[in-house]
Amino acid sequence: MNGLLSALRTVGAMTIDGIWRLGFATRFLVAVLMHSGQSLRRVHLTIREIYFSGVLSLLIIVVSGLFVGLVLGLQGYDILQRYGSSEAVGVMVALSLLRELGPVVAGLLFASRAGSAVTAEIGLMKATEQLKAMDMMAVNPLARVVAPRFWGGVISMPLLAAMFSTMGIFGGWLIAVPVIGVDDGAFWSQMQAAVDFRTDVLNGVIKSVVFGTAVSLIAVFEGYDCQPTAEGVSRAITRTVVTSSLAILALDFVLTSFMFRGQ
Amino acid sequence: MMNRTALDLWVGIFVAIGFAALTFLAMKVGNFSVFNKAPTYVVTAQFDNIGGLKVRAPVKSAGVLVGRVSSIDFDAGSYRAVVGIEIDSRYEFPSDTSAAILTSGLLGEQYIGLDAGGDIEMLRDGDRVMLSQSAVVLEKLIGQFLFDRASETPAQ
Repeated sequence: MNGLLSALRTVGAMTIDGIWRLGFATRFLVAVLMHSGQSLRRVHLTIREIYFSGVLSLLIIVVSGLFVGLVLGLQGYDILQRYGSSEAVGVMVALSLLRELGPVVAGLLFASRAGSAVTAEIGLMKATEQLKAMDMMAVNPLARVVAPRFWGGVISMPLLAAMFSTMGIFGGWLIAVPVIGVDDGAFWSQMQAAVDFRTDVLNGVIKSVVFGTAVSLIAVFEGYDCQPTAEGVSRAITRTVVTSSLAILALDFVLTSFMFRGQ
Repeated sequence: MMNRTALDLWVGIFVAIGFAALTFLAMKVGNFSVFNKAPTYVVTAQFDNIGGLKVRAPVKSAGVLVGRVSSIDFDAGSYRAVVGIEIDSRYEFPSDTSAAILTSGLLGEQYIGLDAGGDIEMLRDGDRVMLSQSAVVLEKLIGQFLFDRASETPAQ
Protein backbone atom coordinates (compact mmCIF):
# COMPACT_ATOMS: atom_id res chain seq x y z
CA MET A 1 0.00 0.00 0.00
CA ASN A 2 2.75 2.35 1.01
CA GLY A 3 4.82 1.40 -2.02
CA LEU A 4 1.86 1.96 -4.31
CA LEU A 5 1.25 5.41 -2.83
CA SER A 6 4.85 6.44 -3.24
CA ALA A 7 4.87 5.14 -6.80
CA LEU A 8 1.75 7.16 -7.52
CA ARG A 9 3.38 10.18 -5.89
CA THR A 10 6.47 9.78 -8.08
CA VAL A 11 4.36 9.60 -11.25
CA GLY A 12 2.43 12.69 -10.17
CA ALA A 13 5.60 14.59 -9.36
CA MET A 14 7.14 13.63 -12.72
CA THR A 15 4.00 14.75 -14.58
CA ILE A 16 3.90 18.10 -12.80
CA ASP A 17 7.63 18.53 -13.33
CA GLY A 18 7.25 17.73 -17.02
CA ILE A 19 4.41 20.24 -17.50
CA TRP A 20 6.35 22.84 -15.53
CA ARG A 21 9.37 22.35 -17.76
CA LEU A 22 7.19 22.51 -20.89
CA GLY A 23 5.78 25.83 -19.78
CA PHE A 24 9.21 27.16 -18.92
CA ALA A 25 10.57 25.98 -22.29
CA THR A 26 7.78 27.83 -24.10
CA ARG A 27 8.44 31.02 -22.14
CA PHE A 28 12.14 30.50 -22.80
CA LEU A 29 11.53 30.20 -26.56
CA VAL A 30 9.56 33.46 -26.55
CA ALA A 31 12.33 35.16 -24.57
CA VAL A 32 15.00 33.88 -26.97
CA LEU A 33 13.01 35.08 -29.99
CA MET A 34 12.54 38.49 -28.36
CA HIS A 35 16.27 38.82 -27.75
CA SER A 36 17.17 37.54 -31.24
CA GLY A 37 17.09 40.97 -32.86
CA GLN A 38 20.12 42.02 -30.88
CA SER A 39 22.09 38.88 -31.71
CA LEU A 40 21.19 39.01 -35.40
CA ARG A 41 22.46 42.57 -35.58
CA ARG A 42 25.79 41.40 -34.15
CA VAL A 43 25.96 38.79 -36.86
CA HIS A 44 29.50 37.56 -36.10
CA LEU A 45 28.15 35.88 -32.94
CA THR A 46 25.75 33.77 -35.01
CA ILE A 47 28.42 33.10 -37.67
CA ARG A 48 30.69 31.74 -34.92
CA GLU A 49 27.95 29.35 -33.86
CA ILE A 50 27.24 28.28 -37.45
CA TYR A 51 30.94 27.41 -37.59
CA PHE A 52 30.79 25.31 -34.43
CA SER A 53 27.52 23.50 -35.06
CA GLY A 54 27.45 23.53 -38.86
CA VAL A 55 30.94 23.50 -40.34
CA LEU A 56 32.33 21.12 -37.73
CA SER A 57 29.40 18.71 -38.29
CA LEU A 58 30.15 18.63 -42.01
CA LEU A 59 32.42 15.60 -41.95
CA ILE A 60 30.08 13.28 -40.02
CA ILE A 61 27.10 14.40 -42.14
CA VAL A 62 28.87 13.91 -45.46
CA VAL A 63 30.38 10.53 -44.55
CA SER A 64 27.11 9.22 -43.04
CA GLY A 65 25.14 10.45 -46.03
CA LEU A 66 27.50 8.68 -48.40
CA PHE A 67 27.25 5.38 -46.52
CA VAL A 68 23.46 5.59 -46.20
CA GLY A 69 23.28 6.18 -49.95
CA LEU A 70 25.58 3.25 -50.68
CA VAL A 71 23.43 0.94 -48.54
CA LEU A 72 20.21 2.24 -50.11
CA GLY A 73 21.68 1.62 -53.54
CA LEU A 74 22.56 -1.98 -52.74
CA GLN A 75 19.31 -2.78 -50.95
CA GLY A 76 17.17 -0.96 -53.50
CA TYR A 77 18.80 -2.77 -56.39
CA ASP A 78 18.41 -6.13 -54.66
CA ILE A 79 14.67 -5.60 -54.17
CA LEU A 80 13.86 -3.84 -57.43
CA GLN A 81 15.66 -6.27 -59.75
CA ARG A 82 13.22 -8.96 -58.60
CA TYR A 83 10.50 -6.95 -60.32
CA GLY A 84 12.63 -6.20 -63.32
CA SER A 85 12.77 -2.48 -62.64
CA SER A 86 16.32 -1.97 -61.45
CA GLU A 87 16.46 1.47 -63.14
CA ALA A 88 14.01 2.66 -60.49
CA VAL A 89 16.76 2.39 -57.88
CA GLY A 90 17.45 6.11 -58.39
CA VAL A 91 13.82 6.91 -57.64
CA MET A 92 13.91 4.82 -54.48
CA VAL A 93 17.17 6.32 -53.22
CA ALA A 94 16.12 9.89 -53.99
CA LEU A 95 12.63 9.68 -52.54
CA SER A 96 13.63 7.91 -49.34
CA LEU A 97 16.47 10.37 -48.77
CA LEU A 98 14.57 13.55 -49.62
CA ARG A 99 11.41 12.68 -47.76
CA GLU A 100 12.63 10.84 -44.68
CA LEU A 101 16.21 9.79 -44.22
CA GLY A 102 17.86 13.11 -45.10
CA PRO A 103 16.05 15.27 -42.54
CA VAL A 104 15.68 12.56 -39.89
CA VAL A 105 19.16 11.00 -39.88
CA ALA A 106 20.84 14.38 -40.34
CA GLY A 107 18.70 15.66 -37.45
CA LEU A 108 19.68 12.75 -35.19
CA LEU A 109 23.37 13.22 -36.03
CA PHE A 110 23.04 16.97 -35.54
CA ALA A 111 21.42 16.47 -32.13
CA SER A 112 24.19 14.20 -30.92
CA ARG A 113 27.06 16.09 -32.55
CA ALA A 114 26.07 19.76 -32.17
CA GLY A 115 23.12 19.82 -29.75
CA SER A 116 25.05 18.02 -27.02
CA ALA A 117 28.00 20.40 -27.46
CA VAL A 118 25.74 23.44 -27.12
CA THR A 119 24.12 22.03 -23.97
CA ALA A 120 27.53 21.24 -22.48
CA GLU A 121 28.84 24.72 -23.23
CA ILE A 122 25.86 26.60 -21.81
CA GLY A 123 25.60 24.20 -18.86
CA LEU A 124 29.27 24.67 -17.96
CA MET A 125 28.86 28.44 -18.30
CA LYS A 126 26.01 28.19 -15.83
CA ALA A 127 27.93 25.88 -13.49
CA THR A 128 30.91 28.23 -13.43
CA GLU A 129 28.56 31.19 -12.93
CA GLN A 130 29.59 32.91 -16.14
CA LEU A 131 25.95 33.54 -17.03
CA LYS A 132 25.40 35.24 -13.67
CA ALA A 133 28.55 37.30 -14.18
CA MET A 134 27.22 38.48 -17.54
CA ASP A 135 23.94 39.46 -15.93
CA MET A 136 25.89 41.45 -13.33
CA MET A 137 27.69 43.32 -16.12
CA ALA A 138 24.31 44.15 -17.69
CA VAL A 139 24.96 41.76 -20.58
CA ASN A 140 21.86 39.68 -21.18
CA PRO A 141 23.00 36.04 -21.48
CA LEU A 142 19.91 35.23 -23.54
CA ALA A 143 20.99 37.69 -26.21
CA ARG A 144 24.74 37.12 -25.93
CA VAL A 145 24.95 33.34 -25.39
CA VAL A 146 21.65 31.60 -26.05
CA ALA A 147 20.14 33.33 -29.10
CA PRO A 148 23.26 33.01 -31.35
CA ARG A 149 23.51 29.30 -30.55
CA PHE A 150 19.82 28.83 -31.25
CA TRP A 151 19.97 30.60 -34.62
CA GLY A 152 23.25 28.91 -35.52
CA GLY A 153 21.50 25.56 -35.20
CA VAL A 154 18.35 26.66 -37.02
CA ILE A 155 20.40 27.92 -39.98
CA SER A 156 22.86 25.00 -40.09
CA MET A 157 20.39 22.14 -39.94
CA PRO A 158 18.57 22.54 -43.32
CA LEU A 159 21.91 23.00 -45.09
CA LEU A 160 23.32 19.88 -43.43
CA ALA A 161 20.21 17.88 -44.34
CA ALA A 162 20.49 19.00 -47.97
CA MET A 163 24.16 17.95 -48.03
CA PHE A 164 23.22 14.62 -46.47
CA SER A 165 20.60 13.96 -49.16
CA THR A 166 22.96 15.04 -51.93
CA MET A 167 25.75 12.79 -50.69
CA GLY A 168 23.24 9.95 -50.27
CA ILE A 169 22.02 10.28 -53.86
CA PHE A 170 25.65 10.38 -54.99
CA GLY A 171 26.29 7.22 -52.96
CA GLY A 172 23.28 5.51 -54.50
CA TRP A 173 24.48 6.52 -57.97
CA LEU A 174 27.95 5.21 -57.17
CA ILE A 175 26.58 1.75 -56.39
CA ALA A 176 23.93 1.63 -59.10
CA VAL A 177 25.74 3.05 -62.13
CA PRO A 178 29.51 2.37 -61.98
CA VAL A 179 29.43 -0.72 -59.75
CA ILE A 180 26.26 -2.60 -60.76
CA GLY A 181 25.85 -1.16 -64.23
CA VAL A 182 22.38 0.36 -64.23
CA ASP A 183 21.94 2.70 -67.18
CA ASP A 184 23.03 6.22 -66.27
CA GLY A 185 20.36 7.99 -68.32
CA ALA A 186 17.52 5.84 -66.99
CA PHE A 187 18.77 6.35 -63.43
CA TRP A 188 18.53 10.15 -63.67
CA SER A 189 15.51 10.46 -65.95
CA GLN A 190 13.35 8.12 -63.84
CA MET A 191 14.45 10.04 -60.74
CA GLN A 192 13.56 13.37 -62.30
CA ALA A 193 10.20 12.08 -63.48
CA ALA A 194 9.28 10.75 -60.05
CA VAL A 195 10.63 13.46 -57.74
CA ASP A 196 8.42 16.50 -57.45
CA PHE A 197 9.92 19.78 -56.31
CA ARG A 198 7.05 20.75 -54.06
CA THR A 199 6.00 17.47 -52.48
CA ASP A 200 9.46 15.96 -52.11
CA VAL A 201 12.26 18.54 -52.07
CA LEU A 202 10.38 21.37 -50.39
CA ASN A 203 8.69 19.14 -47.81
CA GLY A 204 12.09 17.70 -46.91
CA VAL A 205 13.46 21.20 -46.41
CA ILE A 206 10.46 22.13 -44.24
CA LYS A 207 11.07 19.01 -42.16
CA SER A 208 14.73 19.84 -41.67
CA VAL A 209 13.90 23.42 -40.62
CA VAL A 210 11.41 22.11 -38.05
CA PHE A 211 13.89 19.53 -36.74
CA GLY A 212 16.66 22.15 -36.60
CA THR A 213 14.44 24.47 -34.56
CA ALA A 214 13.39 21.68 -32.20
CA VAL A 215 16.93 20.39 -31.63
CA SER A 216 18.36 23.88 -31.14
CA LEU A 217 15.63 24.86 -28.71
CA ILE A 218 16.02 21.66 -26.70
CA ALA A 219 19.81 22.04 -26.64
CA VAL A 220 19.89 25.63 -25.43
CA PHE A 221 17.01 25.06 -23.02
CA GLU A 222 18.56 21.99 -21.38
CA GLY A 223 21.84 23.86 -21.01
CA TYR A 224 20.18 26.91 -19.53
CA ASP A 225 17.92 24.89 -17.25
CA CYS A 226 20.50 22.38 -15.95
CA GLN A 227 21.57 21.88 -12.36
CA PRO A 228 24.78 23.91 -12.07
CA THR A 229 26.89 20.93 -11.02
CA ALA A 230 29.11 18.47 -12.86
CA GLU A 231 26.42 15.79 -12.55
CA GLY A 232 23.68 18.22 -13.56
CA VAL A 233 25.54 19.18 -16.74
CA SER A 234 26.11 15.55 -17.70
CA ARG A 235 22.44 14.77 -17.13
CA ALA A 236 21.40 17.78 -19.19
CA ILE A 237 23.56 16.55 -22.10
CA THR A 238 21.98 13.10 -21.90
CA ARG A 239 18.52 14.67 -21.82
CA THR A 240 19.33 16.81 -24.85
CA VAL A 241 20.26 13.80 -26.98
CA VAL A 242 17.35 11.66 -25.77
CA THR A 243 14.69 14.38 -25.94
CA SER A 244 15.81 15.73 -29.32
CA SER A 245 15.92 12.26 -30.86
CA LEU A 246 12.42 11.50 -29.60
CA ALA A 247 11.22 14.94 -30.67
CA ILE A 248 12.63 14.44 -34.19
CA LEU A 249 10.97 11.06 -34.61
CA ALA A 250 7.64 12.21 -33.19
CA LEU A 251 7.62 15.45 -35.19
CA ASP A 252 8.55 13.44 -38.28
CA PHE A 253 5.43 11.34 -37.87
CA VAL A 254 3.24 14.41 -37.38
CA LEU A 255 4.74 16.23 -40.38
CA THR A 256 4.61 13.14 -42.59
CA SER A 257 0.95 12.58 -41.76
CA PHE A 258 0.25 16.15 -42.86
CA MET A 259 2.42 16.06 -45.97
CA PHE A 260 1.87 12.57 -47.38
CA ARG A 261 -1.51 11.37 -46.26
CA GLY A 262 -1.76 8.88 -49.09
CA GLN A 263 -4.21 10.67 -51.34
CA MET B 1 40.37 39.97 -35.92
CA MET B 2 42.42 37.57 -38.08
CA ASN B 3 40.68 34.68 -36.43
CA ARG B 4 37.29 36.01 -37.30
CA THR B 5 37.97 36.31 -41.00
CA ALA B 6 39.19 32.71 -41.13
CA LEU B 7 35.96 31.72 -39.42
CA ASP B 8 33.92 33.73 -41.88
CA LEU B 9 35.62 31.93 -44.74
CA TRP B 10 34.72 28.51 -43.37
CA VAL B 11 31.14 29.53 -42.67
CA GLY B 12 30.94 31.02 -46.16
CA ILE B 13 32.17 27.76 -47.69
CA PHE B 14 29.67 25.83 -45.53
CA VAL B 15 26.72 27.97 -46.56
CA ALA B 16 27.79 27.86 -50.22
CA ILE B 17 28.02 24.05 -50.18
CA GLY B 18 24.64 23.90 -48.44
CA PHE B 19 22.97 26.03 -51.07
CA ALA B 20 24.76 24.12 -53.84
CA ALA B 21 23.31 20.91 -52.38
CA LEU B 22 19.83 22.45 -52.26
CA THR B 23 20.14 23.66 -55.84
CA PHE B 24 21.33 20.22 -56.92
CA LEU B 25 18.33 18.61 -55.25
CA ALA B 26 15.96 21.08 -56.83
CA MET B 27 17.40 21.13 -60.35
CA LYS B 28 18.92 17.73 -60.98
CA VAL B 29 16.77 15.55 -58.74
CA GLY B 30 13.48 17.40 -58.45
CA ASN B 31 13.37 18.83 -61.98
CA PHE B 32 12.33 22.20 -60.57
CA SER B 33 8.79 22.51 -61.82
CA VAL B 34 7.53 25.34 -59.59
CA PHE B 35 9.59 28.35 -60.55
CA ASN B 36 10.10 27.89 -64.27
CA LYS B 37 6.37 28.10 -64.73
CA ALA B 38 5.82 28.54 -68.43
CA PRO B 39 2.58 30.27 -69.46
CA THR B 40 -0.25 27.78 -69.69
CA TYR B 41 -3.90 27.63 -70.62
CA VAL B 42 -6.55 25.46 -69.00
CA VAL B 43 -9.19 23.43 -70.80
CA THR B 44 -11.66 21.05 -69.19
CA ALA B 45 -12.79 17.59 -70.19
CA GLN B 46 -15.59 15.44 -68.80
CA PHE B 47 -15.13 11.74 -68.18
CA ASP B 48 -17.53 9.01 -67.08
CA ASN B 49 -14.79 7.47 -64.99
CA ILE B 50 -11.31 8.77 -64.28
CA GLY B 51 -10.02 5.59 -62.60
CA GLY B 52 -6.93 6.44 -60.57
CA LEU B 53 -6.10 9.76 -62.21
CA LYS B 54 -4.50 12.26 -59.81
CA VAL B 55 -4.01 16.01 -59.80
CA ARG B 56 -0.60 16.84 -61.41
CA ALA B 57 -0.71 13.67 -63.49
CA PRO B 58 1.03 14.16 -66.86
CA VAL B 59 -0.83 15.17 -70.00
CA LYS B 60 0.79 13.76 -73.12
CA SER B 61 0.29 14.07 -76.80
CA ALA B 62 2.12 11.64 -79.09
CA GLY B 63 3.96 10.56 -75.93
CA VAL B 64 5.38 14.04 -75.29
CA LEU B 65 4.60 15.82 -72.03
CA VAL B 66 2.56 18.90 -72.93
CA GLY B 67 0.88 19.72 -69.63
CA ARG B 68 -0.48 18.49 -66.32
CA VAL B 69 -3.84 17.80 -64.72
CA SER B 70 -4.66 20.91 -62.70
CA SER B 71 -7.93 19.96 -61.02
CA ILE B 72 -10.39 17.10 -60.66
CA ASP B 73 -13.99 17.89 -59.72
CA PHE B 74 -17.30 16.10 -59.71
CA ASP B 75 -20.17 17.60 -61.67
CA ALA B 76 -23.29 16.97 -59.59
CA GLY B 77 -25.56 17.73 -62.58
CA SER B 78 -24.27 15.18 -65.06
CA TYR B 79 -22.63 12.85 -62.51
CA ARG B 80 -19.39 12.96 -64.44
CA ALA B 81 -15.85 13.88 -63.50
CA VAL B 82 -14.62 17.28 -64.68
CA VAL B 83 -10.86 17.32 -65.20
CA GLY B 84 -8.95 20.57 -65.65
CA ILE B 85 -6.05 20.15 -68.08
CA GLU B 86 -3.26 22.69 -67.97
CA ILE B 87 -1.45 22.83 -71.31
CA ASP B 88 1.78 24.63 -72.08
CA SER B 89 1.00 27.71 -74.22
CA ARG B 90 3.65 26.66 -76.73
CA TYR B 91 1.36 23.84 -77.83
CA GLU B 92 -1.99 24.57 -79.45
CA PHE B 93 -4.56 21.91 -80.16
CA PRO B 94 -7.53 21.92 -82.57
CA SER B 95 -10.92 22.27 -80.88
CA ASP B 96 -11.98 18.74 -81.89
CA THR B 97 -9.06 17.19 -80.01
CA SER B 98 -10.00 14.11 -78.00
CA ALA B 99 -8.76 13.29 -74.51
CA ALA B 100 -8.34 9.75 -73.18
CA ILE B 101 -7.20 8.45 -69.80
CA LEU B 102 -4.42 5.97 -70.46
CA THR B 103 -2.09 3.90 -68.33
CA SER B 104 1.66 3.84 -68.81
CA GLY B 105 2.64 0.20 -68.81
CA LEU B 106 0.50 -2.52 -67.32
CA LEU B 107 0.39 -1.21 -63.76
CA GLY B 108 1.90 2.24 -64.21
CA GLU B 109 0.54 5.66 -63.40
CA GLN B 110 -2.44 7.03 -65.30
CA TYR B 111 -2.12 10.01 -67.60
CA ILE B 112 -4.22 11.90 -70.11
CA GLY B 113 -3.46 11.38 -73.77
CA LEU B 114 -4.51 14.09 -76.23
CA ASP B 115 -5.18 13.17 -79.85
CA ALA B 116 -5.23 16.20 -82.12
CA GLY B 117 -8.17 16.56 -84.47
CA GLY B 118 -8.38 18.39 -87.78
CA ASP B 119 -10.31 21.55 -86.93
CA ILE B 120 -8.97 24.98 -87.90
CA GLU B 121 -10.24 26.48 -84.64
CA MET B 122 -7.79 26.08 -81.77
CA LEU B 123 -8.63 25.33 -78.12
CA ARG B 124 -8.63 28.48 -76.00
CA ASP B 125 -8.36 28.98 -72.25
CA GLY B 126 -11.57 27.76 -70.56
CA ASP B 127 -12.75 25.67 -73.52
CA ARG B 128 -14.11 22.17 -73.15
CA VAL B 129 -12.71 19.11 -74.85
CA MET B 130 -15.80 17.45 -76.31
CA LEU B 131 -14.49 13.99 -77.09
CA SER B 132 -13.31 12.00 -74.11
CA GLN B 133 -12.55 8.40 -73.39
CA SER B 134 -12.71 7.16 -69.82
CA ALA B 135 -10.18 5.13 -67.94
CA VAL B 136 -10.26 1.40 -68.43
CA VAL B 137 -11.35 -0.18 -65.17
CA LEU B 138 -10.03 -3.71 -65.01
CA GLU B 139 -12.94 -5.09 -62.97
CA LYS B 140 -15.50 -3.78 -65.50
CA LEU B 141 -13.50 -5.25 -68.35
CA ILE B 142 -13.37 -8.67 -66.72
CA GLY B 143 -17.05 -8.43 -65.84
CA GLN B 144 -17.96 -7.61 -69.42
CA PHE B 145 -15.80 -10.45 -70.73
CA LEU B 146 -17.51 -12.97 -68.46
CA PHE B 147 -20.92 -11.60 -69.40
CA ASP B 148 -20.14 -11.94 -73.12
CA ARG B 149 -18.91 -15.50 -72.65
CA ALA B 150 -22.08 -16.38 -70.74
CA SER B 151 -24.30 -15.02 -73.49
CA GLU B 152 -22.30 -16.84 -76.20
CA THR B 153 -22.72 -20.28 -74.68
CA PRO B 154 -26.37 -21.30 -74.94
CA ALA B 155 -28.12 -22.09 -71.70
CA GLN B 156 -28.51 -25.77 -70.92
